[in-house]
Amino acid sequence: MRMAPETPAGDLRLANLTKRFGVFTAVDDLSLTIGQGSFFALLGASGCGKTTTLRTIAGLEEPTSGQVLLGDREITRLRPYKRPVNTVFQSYALFPHLNIFENVAFGLRRRGIRSVDDEVTRMLSLVQLDGYGNRRPAQLSGGQQQRVALARALINRPQVLLLDEPLGALDLKLRRQMQIELKRIQTEVGITFVHVTHDQEEAMTMADTVAVMNAGRIEQLGAPADIYELPATAFVANFLGQSNLLAGEATGASGGDVAVTAHGARFAVPASRSRAEHGPVHLGVRPEKLILVGSADQVPAGHQHVTGVVTDASYVGVSTQYLLRTGWGTELSVFAANSGTSARVAVGSEAVAYWDPQHAFLLPRDAADTDRTSPVLDEPVGASS
Amino acid sequence: MTLLAPTGSGRPPPAPPAARSGRRGLLPYLLLLPGAAWLFVFFGVPLAQLAAASLYDPSGSLATGYAMTWAFSNYPDVVQAYWPQFLRSFGYAGLALVLALLLGYPLAYAIAQKAGRWKNLLLVCVVAPMFTSFLVRTLAWKTILSDNGALVGLLRDVHLLAPDGRLLATPFAVVLGLTYNFLPFLVLPLYASLERLDPRLLEAATDLYASGAQAFRRVTLPLSMPGLVAGTLLFFIPASGDYINAELLGTPNEYMIGNVIDSAFLVRLDYPQGAALSFLLMAAILAVVFGYLRRAGTEEVL
Repeated sequence: MRMAPETPAGDLRLANLTKRFGVFTAVDDLSLTIGQGSFFALLGASGCGKTTTLRTIAGLEEPTSGQVLLGDREITRLRPYKRPVNTVFQSYALFPHLNIFENVAFGLRRRGIRSVDDEVTRMLSLVQLDGYGNRRPAQLSGGQQQRVALARALINRPQVLLLDEPLGALDLKLRRQMQIELKRIQTEVGITFVHVTHDQEEAMTMADTVAVMNAGRIEQLGAPADIYELPATAFVANFLGQSNLLAGEATGASGGDVAVTAHGARFAVPASRSRAEHGPVHLGVRPEKLILVGSADQVPAGHQHVTGVVTDASYVGVSTQYLLRTGWGTELSVFAANSGTSARVAVGSEAVAYWDPQHAFLLPRDAADTDRTSPVLDEPVGASS
Repeated sequence: MTLLAPTGSGRPPPAPPAARSGRRGLLPYLLLLPGAAWLFVFFGVPLAQLAAASLYDPSGSLATGYAMTWAFSNYPDVVQAYWPQFLRSFGYAGLALVLALLLGYPLAYAIAQKAGRWKNLLLVCVVAPMFTSFLVRTLAWKTILSDNGALVGLLRDVHLLAPDGRLLATPFAVVLGLTYNFLPFLVLPLYASLERLDPRLLEAATDLYASGAQAFRRVTLPLSMPGLVAGTLLFFIPASGDYINAELLGTPNEYMIGNVIDSAFLVRLDYPQGAALSFLLMAAILAVVFGYLRRAGTEEVL
């Protein structure tokens, strides 16, 4: 056959990829390199273009312009069945008229491979479904169907495996379990995984590299920890986890720090953690990096603080989540770990939230933008495009 | 049943007393009764009557009356006399079925999968001819295919038809009529099957190295099997027993077994012969259907 999974694979590259549906631009001039053998996650809210990007790689969607390259080979216009790429679909799309064995063997048979028994048996045991070969998809649970879909794609040893929200339909516990399982399998087979998800926790748990997409573009790309610790935009800061972003004005760098004025107070952020040094900025601190104390004199030296009134405290087990209303009306989120080292703060009491400047970050801000503290909420699963 | 029983949450409701469940057990049969009675009076009794008639003395007549002589020889007699019409019936119906499949499968597929917002309109178009009488539609074909009609003229002009060639009163016209008249019976069940086909399965098939043709053979076709089997049966059974098309579009040379039965009952008034032919046709169709279902192997249909 034409596709030869045995040939050395290469990096998957998307070059200036654009896909328009009528007047709607789903993917906007996207360029991306995904290293061979990496676990890459495309993270974004519903309708951000992540699934369209995936379908373009699979060949199920033809891009309006741009290229898809696998190693040195251009595959942009190649029919899906001629690409060394397989997909685990969000709906699994298992063939209802075939048993599990034949579902898994489907790809091999289409490529004219006769003896499939050993391969299929091996694949079924990789996804821990030994002995399920004779059942029909409808007789399996959601998690089992998901694993069949995975085995059906993996058995072809594609150069790239695409996963389109494969865990979206599973309940939380099973999802966590499958995340670990997928990661294990990826390490075992060493195939490039491109995983599309709207679940930031899932992306962070599994991927080596995460690309956060918004409105058809990539907002930020990097290792999960790097993106989380130092987001590049306000969208990323509140899509990947949650951030307290205070609107302020940066007044230039001096001595390795950038000075910021926000709501009448002066703050400093290390220049290495600043993505803007002048003009309107967002001063950002993650809720778990804020520490709540009763009064300003409890703030250690070298730390910065804001004062406010506690308006809400939600006990969620591992932590307590406080809302602190500042003097200018913005409610900041503060997560305090319930490690037993600090007393809980009563609702209604005055409190001071302080942070280490090393944990703050500075982002460029549209002049019209104000404080942003609430996370970007995603629509329910299944509505993704 | 006591209303005072504690209604503990999560506890299953108490089982209904035995007397009530007994009456409930009868309910399905009561619901069945009107239909069963109808079938018995208007199908069971006439069928028995017909079976009896097929064994009457063939030398009797309406004027002299029929004697029940258990004349089983009626059966071999009618086979010997009319086997060409039997063969022709199944031959024409089979040929029409092949044509209808070639026309109907793509049609059903297009309506079910590709028509988008035109779906309902197209479905109405498939069914709309049924709003006029079967007879009228077949007579319309007679006009279309007539010797001095536009179609024959055109075909003669482009030399697809000899100068004295004709369409009407040929086997071609009869098969065409059968194809046309029974096409909706094939298309509708097929449509119902194909409409349920998840296009994502086809995407999955192409993703798994199946070309368009392979995806059709391995996914679309097997998943449309229930509709295909139901549709072919709904087409083939009435088509093989039909006599209107052969009557109006053909000549006695194209007569099918339906025409023979028709004339036995209404023209020649040979009731034993007509009854024997009817039973043979029924037996033959049942044999074909069961043979077909065994091969098609779709437990979903029956």
